Amino acid sequence: MKRKLALFLALIMVFSVFAFGCAKTEETPEEVAAEEEETDVVKIGVFEPMTGANAAGGELEIEGLKLANKLYPEVLGKKVELVIVDNKSDKVEAATAVRRLVDKEKVSIVLGSWGSSFSMAAGPVVKEAQVAAIGTSCTNPLVTLGNEFYFRVCFIDSFQGVVMARYAYEEAGVKKIAILQEISNDYSVALAKFFTDEMVRLTGDEDAIISVSSYNTGDQDFTAQLTNIKNSDAEAIFAPGNFIESALIMKQAKELGMDLPLLGADTWETPEVIDIAKEAAEGAVFSTFFDSEVPLTEETTTFLEAYRAEYGADAEPAAVTALAYDAYLVALDAMERAGTTTDTVAIRDAVAATSMFPGAAGIISLDENGDAVKSAIIKVIEDGKFKYKATVEPF
Amino acid sequence: MSIQTFMQHMVNGISLGSLYALLAIGYTMVYGILRLINFAHGDIFMIGTYIAFYGMTAFLLPWWAAFILALVLTAAFGIALERLAYRPLRRSPRISIMISAIGASFLIENLAIVLFGGRPKAFPIAPVFAKIFKFGGVSVVSIQLIIPVVTLIFLAILVYIVNHTKTGMAMRAVSKDYEAARLMGIDVDIIITFTFGMGSLLAAVGGVLWVLKYPQLTPLMGMMPGLKCFIAAVVGGIGSIKGAVVGGFILGLGEIMIVALLPSLTGFRDAFAFVLLIVILLVKPSGLMGKTTTEKV
Repeated sequence: MKRKLALFLALIMVFSVFAFGCAKTEETPEEVAAEEEETDVVKIGVFEPMTGANAAGGELEIEGLKLANKLYPEVLGKKVELVIVDNKSDKVEAATAVRRLVDKEKVSIVLGSWGSSFSMAAGPVVKEAQVAAIGTSCTNPLVTLGNEFYFRVCFIDSFQGVVMARYAYEEAGVKKIAILQEISNDYSVALAKFFTDEMVRLTGDEDAIISVSSYNTGDQDFTAQLTNIKNSDAEAIFAPGNFIESALIMKQAKELGMDLPLLGADTWETPEVIDIAKEAAEGAVFSTFFDSEVPLTEETTTFLEAYRAEYGADAEPAAVTALAYDAYLVALDAMERAGTTTDTVAIRDAVAATSMFPGAAGIISLDENGDAVKSAIIKVIEDGKFKYKATVEPF
Repeated sequence: MSIQTFMQHMVNGISLGSLYALLAIGYTMVYGILRLINFAHGDIFMIGTYIAFYGMTAFLLPWWAAFILALVLTAAFGIALERLAYRPLRRSPRISIMISAIGASFLIENLAIVLFGGRPKAFPIAPVFAKIFKFGGVSVVSIQLIIPVVTLIFLAILVYIVNHTKTGMAMRAVSKDYEAARLMGIDVDIIITFTFGMGSLLAAVGGVLWVLKYPQLTPLMGMMPGLKCFIAAVVGGIGSIKGAVVGGFILGLGEIMIVALLPSLTGFRDAFAFVLLIVILLVKPSGLMGKTTTEKV
């Protein structure tokens, strides 16, 4: 009885493979094209971490994308549909997710992701499929380097690392610093490197970086690394990394009785940092993309009004929410200029030509690598809130 | 390294080690009775922390009431898990029940993602657990003192139950041979239920202490601690309660000390745990305090 059942199941499987294969070969290219012409829906693929270590970041970006989709639901007379898939905060899953978007969903363009590692994993897939991708807040230079199909609406780490080093040296007057990096995160390692180079250049001191210690994504105990730093003569800690670990670092530094200034980067602008670290987060300084107190363009106002209508009058959008919103706008703008929603290569060329586009998080001009050149904003955590400190222009 | 720095590292290591120890006891108990590695132990730990979290935030219970609720409900959860996922397979080959445990682990994790969302939550901490004391240059948070004390209390209670009560005697009998134990009039099902209840309760205690120290909750938070505690249990000799405690302390102190003494290896502290596991398995497969058992043919 069992054997018969097994045989039956095996046959079903074999036939289903055939059925699948045949269905694919039956469609001629013309038929495929005709099918695409008929649909009046434009699919925009989104891959973001919705679960796992970076879920909060992904959720904030999806908020921005949905808001943009609500305000601008159409392009070239067609309805825009967001196809959102979860990359599970995992490099391998990210590549699979994008593969699904381009192969199965046949999206016109891909948006995402929070986290450079995931965007870098997805890079070869979009390049091979010849579908353009617009990164939202992936800041590692390698995301777009050598990949003519990847773009982004945020600035890159070589800029951000330099901004923080200058802040540390010029504003905070720090000459000796300890670095605490997330070794398994490309974003963190790159930031640490650019920061180190600039710090050494500014101080003219090869030993300006007292120590470099590391941790892994998902670690929860940093007391050993922090104890080492506490007993060195570091004047500050530069700890770029994912916000969850960073929040625990702030908390444990405080518990160890350390009062060194903590410097970080854009991931820190996540409400969870303040929720988890509480008063230990006070005084932490980081660079970011956007601030609602300083509207950068008219689009900023539109975005803020829409955001507050959706999430309450005193809701504060995160920088990455604005960036994701901008990525959507740039995608729509490119399709309009290209005059097509199906020719992915023409759309890619139009994205590459984006210049002086007014987004919610500043004016976007893409350089020859496909990176946005725009100003950085420095913020500090004060009284349990993110406060604007300064704007740094690109150099 | 100054004596102060060393003391600080010791304090950090002991508090981490005792957390591992507490969780490893739960692992080792279930293994000792059933010869089952309960892969879902880390997830039971996670469920316990969420119950405490919602008890405090959604039902506005005071912290101690929320913790008691978490212990009771998590124990019940562990017992239910045993009924649904393990008991039906008790007469099947041991590999089936192990696969069932892995499946249960994935099911609980994904269910938690659906129920609680993927975003991390901040655990509210009562001020009594967050007091910072300074002894010379060494700072200690009150929770770091509480954790080892709670671990030792639970260790004492368990050792007493196992060695000096009737239930404990029955547990030892079941662990030797449960067919024979059944013939002697022991209700094996009740003993196993009790064991799972205790194991899950310990997971909840560990979970609550864990989030008081590292106050963030995510549905996958049980994975790494679960794995580390399994290693601690094996290093100490799986099945031995005192061994689990020793294993936990070795692992916690070892992890901290590797960062302290070899700062260039800070990114590899997880590797330390696995290397330790491999070395133990090569040198003394039964663990430091485990007994070598011969399989009856």
